[in-house]
Amino acid sequence: MRDRLFIIVAGSVVGLLAVVLVLQGNPANMGFCIACFIRDIAGAVGLHRAGVVQYLRPEIMGLVLGAFVTAMYVKEFKSTGGSSPVLRFVLGMLMMAGALIFLGCPLRMVLRLAGGDWNALVALPGYVVGVWLGTLFLRRGYTLGRNQEQSPVSGYASPFIALVLLVLLVTAPAFIFFSEEGPGSMAAPLALTLGAGLVVGILAQRTRLCTMGAIRDLILFKDYHLFLGFAAIFIIALIGNFFTGQFSPGFPEQPVAHVDHIWNFLGMTVVGLAAVLAGGCPMRQLILSGEGQSDALITVFGMAGGAAFMHNFGLAGSPAGVSPAGQWIVIISLALLFVIGAGNIKKLAVEKNKQQAKAS
Amino acid sequence: MPEIVDCRGLSCPEPVMLARQALQEAGDKDVEVVVSNAVARDNVTRAAKGLGWKVSVEEEGEDFKLKITK
Repeated sequence: MRDRLFIIVAGSVVGLLAVVLVLQGNPANMGFCIACFIRDIAGAVGLHRAGVVQYLRPEIMGLVLGAFVTAMYVKEFKSTGGSSPVLRFVLGMLMMAGALIFLGCPLRMVLRLAGGDWNALVALPGYVVGVWLGTLFLRRGYTLGRNQEQSPVSGYASPFIALVLLVLLVTAPAFIFFSEEGPGSMAAPLALTLGAGLVVGILAQRTRLCTMGAIRDLILFKDYHLFLGFAAIFIIALIGNFFTGQFSPGFPEQPVAHVDHIWNFLGMTVVGLAAVLAGGCPMRQLILSGEGQSDALITVFGMAGGAAFMHNFGLAGSPAGVSPAGQWIVIISLALLFVIGAGNIKKLAVEKNKQQAKAS
Repeated sequence: MPEIVDCRGLSCPEPVMLARQALQEAGDKDVEVVVSNAVARDNVTRAAKGLGWKVSVEEEGEDFKLKITK
């Protein structure tokens, strides 16, 4: 019961902070968007040159550092890695590709919905379909294999990178790109964005909040524990938007969004399926990387690489819609995900475990 | 001898899926699940309790041994 209350509180805090961040300067319906923010960071360090989406978003560094400090404090920090790193990088890329077609990670999808952007209502069933497809692979024995313990240095990589990015943000050297217009130029004050990231990082580490796990566990186990957090984000952000005049319902003219329904749906199908195969939504990957899991950090790198790929080749969605090339990327992404899913079905069944236990 | 399910190095939901499968096949026998991270420890515990089993957790070096009994 206490666990349930805790995850509802965590989700509520995420929803509330998202509303506050927009009020204080973040782009509309983008209090938190892990995919967008990683994309902005990729742009800031010059991995892509889309001038309107370049900024070192402190929310990301806060999430990682919050999770790191908490994991250290509760002795859950553990340096692990080595479970199919290349496939995890690709899954990160594909997850980002789908998100940049729809224009938002699952977290932003919920926040867009809470802001009255009905395009997110089209994307949500697409996301659920993606997660459902992923569970079909899981039921057949999909796994990326066991991880192994790594040296502590490997586990500290993620919080170290977060610190370096913070230093670069504060010192703002000339080689870092900062958008002068567009969403990348819109940001709440540093103390607030970093603080919000830290708080959510702490809560997400403790509660294991995951926007993919919320749907997956419902489908696989009829377990609604994580879904309570997911629902709380939506309800509190909806109420917050309503009372601060940020709720404006409709399809067209929504902030950083488009009305290509098929591609909104399928873009999030890609994200849902990729997230199941990678074992966590974009936010969860950041949290796990802060706990020392280099497999999750590689997924985050894949997301940054995916953002660069999507923007350098003009494939990302925009308020004008999804280009034909971007539409092809969705189809190709789905095909690749099916190959990865089907190609990693191993019988990690109980029988095999029994034999191993006997042998050892 | 309880049935042993080795979930070391696996990330959720795999430990939960393997543990549930083992519990369904166990009948009245005890089951031992070995996991290597706190998330799997918590999730397997929650799942087993949800299915009406009792769980006791022992730390075993870097791993956790979950003794699951009716």
